[in-house]
Amino acid sequence: MSTVLDGLSLGAIYALIALGYTMVYGIAKMLNFAHGDIIMVGAYAIFVTLAAGGHVGIALLVAVLMCVVFGIVIEKVAYRPLRGASPLAVLITAIGVSYLLQSVAQIIFGAKAQTVSIVSFGTVKIASAEISVSSLITLVVGAVIMAALTLFVKNTRTGRAMLAVSEDRGAAQLMGINVNRIIMITFAIGSALAAFASIFYLMQIPSTEPTLGSMPGIKAFTAAVIGGIGSIPGAMIGGVLLGVIEKICLSVPVLAPYTTAVEFAMLILILLVRPIGLLGKKRREKV
Amino acid sequence: MAKLKRIKISDYFCYLIVGAVMIGSFIVAQTGNLPRSYSNLLVQVAYSIILAVSLNLVVGFLGELSLGHAGFMCVGAYMGSYLAMQLSAVVDNKLIVLIVSMLAGGLLAAFFGLLVGLPALRLKGDYLAIVTLAFGEIVRTIFKNMSVFGKAMGLSTQSIKYDTRQDTSLYLVSFATVLVVLFLVQNLVRSKHGRAITAIRDNEIAAKAMGINVTFYKLFVFVIAAFFAGMAGVIYGHYTTPVLYSFFSYNYSIEILVMVVLGGMASINGSIIAAALITFINFQLQSHLSGDLAALKYLIYALILIVLVIFNNAPKLAPIKDKVSPKAMFEKIRAHKRKPGDIRGDKSDWRVIPTKIRMDEVLSVDLQQGNDYTPDKPNKGGN
Repeated sequence: MSTVLDGLSLGAIYALIALGYTMVYGIAKMLNFAHGDIIMVGAYAIFVTLAAGGHVGIALLVAVLMCVVFGIVIEKVAYRPLRGASPLAVLITAIGVSYLLQSVAQIIFGAKAQTVSIVSFGTVKIASAEISVSSLITLVVGAVIMAALTLFVKNTRTGRAMLAVSEDRGAAQLMGINVNRIIMITFAIGSALAAFASIFYLMQIPSTEPTLGSMPGIKAFTAAVIGGIGSIPGAMIGGVLLGVIEKICLSVPVLAPYTTAVEFAMLILILLVRPIGLLGKKRREKV
Repeated sequence: MAKLKRIKISDYFCYLIVGAVMIGSFIVAQTGNLPRSYSNLLVQVAYSIILAVSLNLVVGFLGELSLGHAGFMCVGAYMGSYLAMQLSAVVDNKLIVLIVSMLAGGLLAAFFGLLVGLPALRLKGDYLAIVTLAFGEIVRTIFKNMSVFGKAMGLSTQSIKYDTRQDTSLYLVSFATVLVVLFLVQNLVRSKHGRAITAIRDNEIAAKAMGINVTFYKLFVFVIAAFFAGMAGVIYGHYTTPVLYSFFSYNYSIEILVMVVLGGMASINGSIIAAALITFINFQLQSHLSGDLAALKYLIYALILIVLVIFNNAPKLAPIKDKVSPKAMFEKIRAHKRKPGDIRGDKSDWRVIPTKIRMDEVLSVDLQQGNDYTPDKPNKGGN
């Protein structure tokens, strides 16, 4: 029981990251490899603000702000010049950006893990299972953010413009939508979600290092693919599913060392059996 | 008509350079003046070249991104070395053991390439990249947990390891392998099959419409590249001990990708030079930088990836690129050297006749001054 609950809160983090991936992939049609490293940026922003004596609330604000700024700058400098270039070029650049963030972080802060303690809430007992309050907060806030995002995309002008761009970029442009602006907003929202993910991550594992974001990033992409890339509920389901599976694998002694392999094998299987994911829409390719 | 397929000097350039390095270092080694670190470097350069050239086959020629190249190398290194250790108990000749295990390691890696290539039938682009990445991680995790291969301690290859100081045969064999790989790849690329592969890269749907078996060629390229990477892995297993799973991480796959990008997509000569250069830079950085500054290496990689890819691919930078890229410079020098009557400078040659006619030039002929020509007045309001 507590394993499943742990898995749910880990899954909520994955889901938040996966949402960023899925939005950027759906709208800009690119795999933003650097997305995981934005989480790292957020974690270090919190670390620096706290070390400078700032209040926790201020630290969280700074993290969101920094992540959004990084997201927008990366999009402008690295990805925008490549709009219309081959997907391969964009993907390689994204890998480069991910490396850039990691190596700069390592040069500035060192490779050693730094302790960041935000707040500790202790644990509560629910139905004879111990569960940490931070896990519960992660779950609740995660669900609220996802609901808000769904409403935003469905009901606001900008949100509908996003849907239009993801559907057909050329047609959206002809309808008077500023595609560059929409993609920029998408990156900003995705990065803000990454900042929230970094907050929840630090609540569960209170330390930060330059490679903090890379593994969760790749796993969250796995989650996004499992749920069906481009679909917001898909990202949520995929993330939660992956989190639960990871925690269950870790709790079984025979499987524990193979946890990563199991998760990735699942990804390959899903792509083989149902390449569009659980909730994805099928697209036909045209010449 | 001029013969289209001319074999250029630059095609032989790579054999010459690689051969010269091989023979030159062999002579130096015979006099006993080759420092140990440099004979190590030579082996590293050799297997890096094999890795870079084979990855270029996938990325540069087929146009698919593989982030699991280190995984194939991992298969070759673990399984090939294990086989070599078993074989060396039976067969006395070290060289035969090396060559047999290299072939076997390559074949096993090729089998894994087939396994990864199968999803490639349905996937492409970003999905394929993530699947290959996943594959690399799965392979690593499995080898890490198998007690036959020493679990987290890695596979100790002490019994088959070559002492590069006393024994020059390892890098001779490595460079010979490089030459064979180059020969195979160059011939493949210039054959009918190579043209089919580049056609898939340029437009998959059009290639399919021309009757090219896309599925077959994708699998084929994956298997060949995996085979070469497996061979490189076996060389690695004979060069160092222990063979450790952590070496074959995603970072190493990216390192090979950096070599390919730096050398230029679909350029074999470029891959050779870049592989040698990156390995050399690594080698120097390793001995001079320690601790957190080691991240400088990744910073350099990141900048190479971002700057080169944007420069080469950004639609807006294309005019600048045509002016300042090394290839354009080279063309300029060549054009300057051309003698009159040289067919390459001859505008009547069919290859240099412009195929695009600028319509505004044609249309503006009639609008020159002195010509009595007035265009029809626009018909407004139905008058």
